[in-house]
Amino acid sequence: MTFLEQSGSQIARTRRQFLRDSAGLAFAASLARSPLARAAAVPINRKVVVVTFGGGARDQETFAPEGQENVPNMLRDLIPRSTFFTQVVNRGILGHYVATASLATGAYETINNFASLPPENPTVFEYYRKDRKRPSSDAWVVAPSNGFNRIGESSHRSYGAGLGARVILPKHLLAAAMSAGHADYEHLLRDNYESPFFTPDLAGNEFELQQLEGLLKLSVDDFKAHARTLSSPDELSVYIARQLMRQAAPSLLWITMHDIDIAHAGTFSLYVDGIRRTDRLCSEIWKAIESQPEYAGRTTMLILPDFGRDADSDPGGNGFQHHRTGDTLSRTTWLIAIGPGIREGVVYDRAVDSVDLVPTIGSVLGFSASQSQGKPIVEIL
Amino acid sequence: MLPSELKPEQFSAYPPQAKALVTQNLAVLRELPLSFLPGLLREAIEFDFRFPAERKTLENEIGYLARLSTALRRQWFDEFSTIALSPQLEHFDWVNSPAQFVEQLSSHLWTTHQLDAFRTAATDYADRLRMALPVQPPAVPRLGITVIGQGVESYDAPLFRRLRSHGAYFSRVAPGNGLRILLDVVSTRAKTHSDDYEHWYIDGGDPLEHDPALTCISYGALEPVRAAILRNMHSHIEKPGMGPEMLRTIMAGWRPSDLGIRSSTDAVLDRFQVRLLTEGSGTQIFSTSFTQWAAREALRRAEPSTLFVRFAPRQRQRPMNELLVPGAERPELDPLGSLIDADIGAYYNWLNQQRLPGAEKGAFLAWFEEHSSAVVIGPSVPRGTESHQPTDMRQLLSWIL
Repeated sequence: MTFLEQSGSQIARTRRQFLRDSAGLAFAASLARSPLARAAAVPINRKVVVVTFGGGARDQETFAPEGQENVPNMLRDLIPRSTFFTQVVNRGILGHYVATASLATGAYETINNFASLPPENPTVFEYYRKDRKRPSSDAWVVAPSNGFNRIGESSHRSYGAGLGARVILPKHLLAAAMSAGHADYEHLLRDNYESPFFTPDLAGNEFELQQLEGLLKLSVDDFKAHARTLSSPDELSVYIARQLMRQAAPSLLWITMHDIDIAHAGTFSLYVDGIRRTDRLCSEIWKAIESQPEYAGRTTMLILPDFGRDADSDPGGNGFQHHRTGDTLSRTTWLIAIGPGIREGVVYDRAVDSVDLVPTIGSVLGFSASQSQGKPIVEIL
Repeated sequence: MLPSELKPEQFSAYPPQAKALVTQNLAVLRELPLSFLPGLLREAIEFDFRFPAERKTLENEIGYLARLSTALRRQWFDEFSTIALSPQLEHFDWVNSPAQFVEQLSSHLWTTHQLDAFRTAATDYADRLRMALPVQPPAVPRLGITVIGQGVESYDAPLFRRLRSHGAYFSRVAPGNGLRILLDVVSTRAKTHSDDYEHWYIDGGDPLEHDPALTCISYGALEPVRAAILRNMHSHIEKPGMGPEMLRTIMAGWRPSDLGIRSSTDAVLDRFQVRLLTEGSGTQIFSTSFTQWAAREALRRAEPSTLFVRFAPRQRQRPMNELLVPGAERPELDPLGSLIDADIGAYYNWLNQQRLPGAEKGAFLAWFEEHSSAVVIGPSVPRGTESHQPTDMRQLLSWIL
């Protein structure tokens, strides 16, 4: 057992204890269930919603006793109804774009975290659309704008062009919707600390406004009016995702949030605010799933941070602020799986790998992630 | 180029003391692996601008490596030697740009999945060095004081939660004259043990009147430097193709004179302050981030006997691109958010103090300014205790000094 594995086991046990104390959950070793019974409970025409958040949150601020006040919705509404994996290990590069790309391809990407580059391995969207012969309208990504515009489609020559997801960037959408004056919307166009930089124009305003009016059935005025009531970029993303679910009902929807990453500015209060907001938004997404006929009873939702953050105990880091040391805490995070056929209130503390996500989605939606480095997480299939 | 090919003349651009240190020890440096040596040179090239504690540490480290037998030295660096480097790294001018090399190396290690191996090698090396070199405790037991919550009228949630288990929490401290009492204690220590950079005062706003024997830096006094940095950052950010890594490299090259700092009598402190603002994340825009990072770096680098830190309110969050534009308007402050930032900042100050030699004898006090909550930590203070009896600042200090 390597040091990382040993330390990871410690983290898993600790998280498991926290959950036992706070939510009274059962544990996998004591549970046995007929695979036939489970299969009977799984509907056809399944859908998958993946929620990742960049800028992981540590145990101290989430599942540890002192952190539970920051995640009341996940503890109260989601975890008792889900299977929870206490130990998801990211063995790749701990940068948000490249790590999210790795999650989306099921292979550890090595692309430049700060460059506008597509992933090199096929994405989950390409596998899904190619194997299942699905149209582009059936796979969508909602992502923070900076750097994530290439996340939906790889440069892989057997997949790539024309097979990826449609990517919607809410902040670009809002910027395009504003003819002049940003004053009422500045808080929604906030960039994270590590990338307040020049970003090239994407497809252009006209195309994005067409997305707004054509696909989301949302007038510019209504969009702007609603945006004025929101408090953060992630709230804007979830608002757009819900609109997308109502109007296009994609079978594979990937939502990436980013508010928590304000931690890089070194302000603990804003980091915790981001965790609380993300906790609430995850719960709202699940409520949206349950309330819409196209999704209710047939949707698996998977929630996971892209990775963790540095431990206070590592002298090479500066605690919660960054994820630069590569220590165990920064590499280890968790996964919530919720939906039909998934055991409720169950906790697994065996280590799974973050690249296992794509093959797992493949097993749910019926495609083969042939070039992924991971393997399906059998406990939620 | 490989370390074995090093020649004295290649260090001609180094400052005088750095050049002397390196050229006098060239024989041992030639034997170190390329995955390790530039990291050492990154420290050495700044030798002329290092604090006394850093100079001593570096001299001891190089001296010890020179005294190791060849076989033992090979054993020490065996793990570093297994790190595979790229031809680009080998051809990099790591002698004159060691910091940039280390950045490139970091990227290479992540990309090639060698970071864990490097991390293990570095940890093992540090452990060996710690075992081999004598630990020098401070002349007097260390004292850390952190004052948080300036400008907050009331706050009901518990404070110092992460510190309480390490010491005693007091809920009824008479706040009267607290700041002056604390500063007087710090000044007295500075006068009694007057080595350079041994006693620090860091303020997140404008500094209070203080004894000149203290090494003092403040967010307020650095306002012109911060404005110059933000102007420079803003002009670079708008350039096509600019990214965080490139900007970081550019900022690392900024010197005090580039930012309008007239040469003072203390070039070491000038360079330190510029580094706080060019290497720290958020230090340019948030006072609380500056204060925490300044305390961390002062402890790590100068290893002071006394550190008095006073947090001040930071500006309220705005869009990051806007925060990075130096504006004439006085920013709106966020005292409550700053209190929460400073609360964990106090904890980090204690953690970083505990990493220094003599930690077991050190003392720490954190106080909610002008309020009645405080925590004290020290060898004679029972851990995880609480007192709700009336007390005052002098009494608190008497229990840890």
